[in-house]
Amino acid sequence: MFAVQQSEIMRALLDPEAAIPDNITSHTAQRPSKRFAVYRNNVVASLINALRTKFPATERIVGEDFFIAMARIFLMAHPPHSKILHTYGDDFGDFIATFEPAAELPYLANVAHLEAARTRAYHAADAEPLTAAAFEDVAPESIGALRFTLHPSAQIVCACHPIVTIWSMNAGECPLGPVDDTQPEDALVIRPHLDVIVRTLPPGGAAFLHALMRGWRLDEAATHAACDDERFDLTANIAGLIASGAVIAFTFAEDQTS
Amino acid sequence: MTSVSLPKAPGVGFKPQHFDDILSGEQPIAFIEVHAENYMGAGGPPHMMLRRLHEAHALSIHGVGLSIGSMAPLDTGHLSRLKTLCDRYQPESFSEHLAWSSHGEVYLNDLLPLPYTPETLARIIDHVDQVQHTLNREMLLENPSTYIQFADSTIPEAEFLAEIARRTGCGLLLDINNAVVQAVNHGTSARHYLDAFPLARVKEIHLGGHDAQADDTGAPLLIDAHGSPVTDDVWSLYADVIAKTGPLPTLIEWDNDVPAWPVLADEARAAGRILQRAAEKQAA
Repeated sequence: MFAVQQSEIMRALLDPEAAIPDNITSHTAQRPSKRFAVYRNNVVASLINALRTKFPATERIVGEDFFIAMARIFLMAHPPHSKILHTYGDDFGDFIATFEPAAELPYLANVAHLEAARTRAYHAADAEPLTAAAFEDVAPESIGALRFTLHPSAQIVCACHPIVTIWSMNAGECPLGPVDDTQPEDALVIRPHLDVIVRTLPPGGAAFLHALMRGWRLDEAATHAACDDERFDLTANIAGLIASGAVIAFTFAEDQTS
Repeated sequence: MTSVSLPKAPGVGFKPQHFDDILSGEQPIAFIEVHAENYMGAGGPPHMMLRRLHEAHALSIHGVGLSIGSMAPLDTGHLSRLKTLCDRYQPESFSEHLAWSSHGEVYLNDLLPLPYTPETLARIIDHVDQVQHTLNREMLLENPSTYIQFADSTIPEAEFLAEIARRTGCGLLLDINNAVVQAVNHGTSARHYLDAFPLARVKEIHLGGHDAQADDTGAPLLIDAHGSPVTDDVWSLYADVIAKTGPLPTLIEWDNDVPAWPVLADEARAAGRILQRAAEKQAA
């Protein structure tokens, strides 16, 4: 039965120490190990390549050799389940967080989370952002009752490290320089049009956005954000969201939710 | 059921770095081919590009992840994503491979070989039927390039493909580079393979480059690398096939070490000249 052999071949492809399944042959050699290795290499190389494409800044931080070794260990333990390869490695950051050889780079997992969010934003649904003009007719006293619909590509990446700065330096967006690791940064990753952008969220901004994504009214979300961080500034946050193209629609809440 | 309707002219496998070139002025191509799985996101630049390319050129959607050669059931979630993609773009062709890439949950992202037996034949016929029924369109099945064989394989590959086409009504995608890779790797003749191939079922041709290595015993082992120009022996076999069949949609595949557009366009022009000669001969 070939079904049984398929499982064996699959295991042998992901385990370089495994024997070549019995039924496999060639016209030159009975146990064509070099020929079988072509498939092993194809599988490993194509998956490593998919990860290198998705995590260029992560690779730049650790160097090519370290990255490839880490990617190889990851893919053996976590081969893809989806056939859509751009979703592969969404959990690479979680793996890096537990990968001991990378323990001295505590921000590395966060950079990988940010790069995975960039790929998700790249492929997310399209939507036209609202500009500031769309809000001209909203009376100041009604602002608290607004509910925002956020852009489908919008994602928040929270971190205990200055990941936007570290990512920008290693993605060629700004020159390399000293980094103050005591200044954490939360990121907004979004693709308002064709280009993915990464912005540092202001204090309380991540809590505010999380609340808006759950469909909370603006005033409720603002209270939540102010509890999270007393420096939260509502006007600056709303202006920042609109300037980033994060708001695609709004409605007026009629009910008083708690 | 929608039939394959690609133009009988050259096409290229689309690479995003060629987007501006392809849409600037006259190009020697009539269709582009894309890998289905790269367009299964909801939006973004991939869909913007595909929409604009399809306004100017015919489109072939070429799947690499359906794993038709798996003995396990097809992934119906993936099949339904293919349907969504085909419904969205109404491509002139949909094709997949005589190969497998997943079995159970794990996906290996490579086109893996299978033995040709009554058991595998029956299963693949069921899978092709299921794909054509779900998509409500004719599909093309591509002959593989392989590096190993199976001791229990009993049916010659060309005969195996002919039987699938006969039983399901699907068309075939003949990759002439794969035929050469196959023949060298298994010590047979590409000419004999093509003589046995059911050419009447062929609705698209693939041409691409391969790398030469050696196997465990030092015998030549060709790798289907798609990273170099089409070789002279592949061009010559292609001309012979086209002389028999008349013009067919012909794709240049160049997936790795992708060259600048003019290099790829020249490969398409070379195919175009062979198609032109066959068309003139047919008309005479």
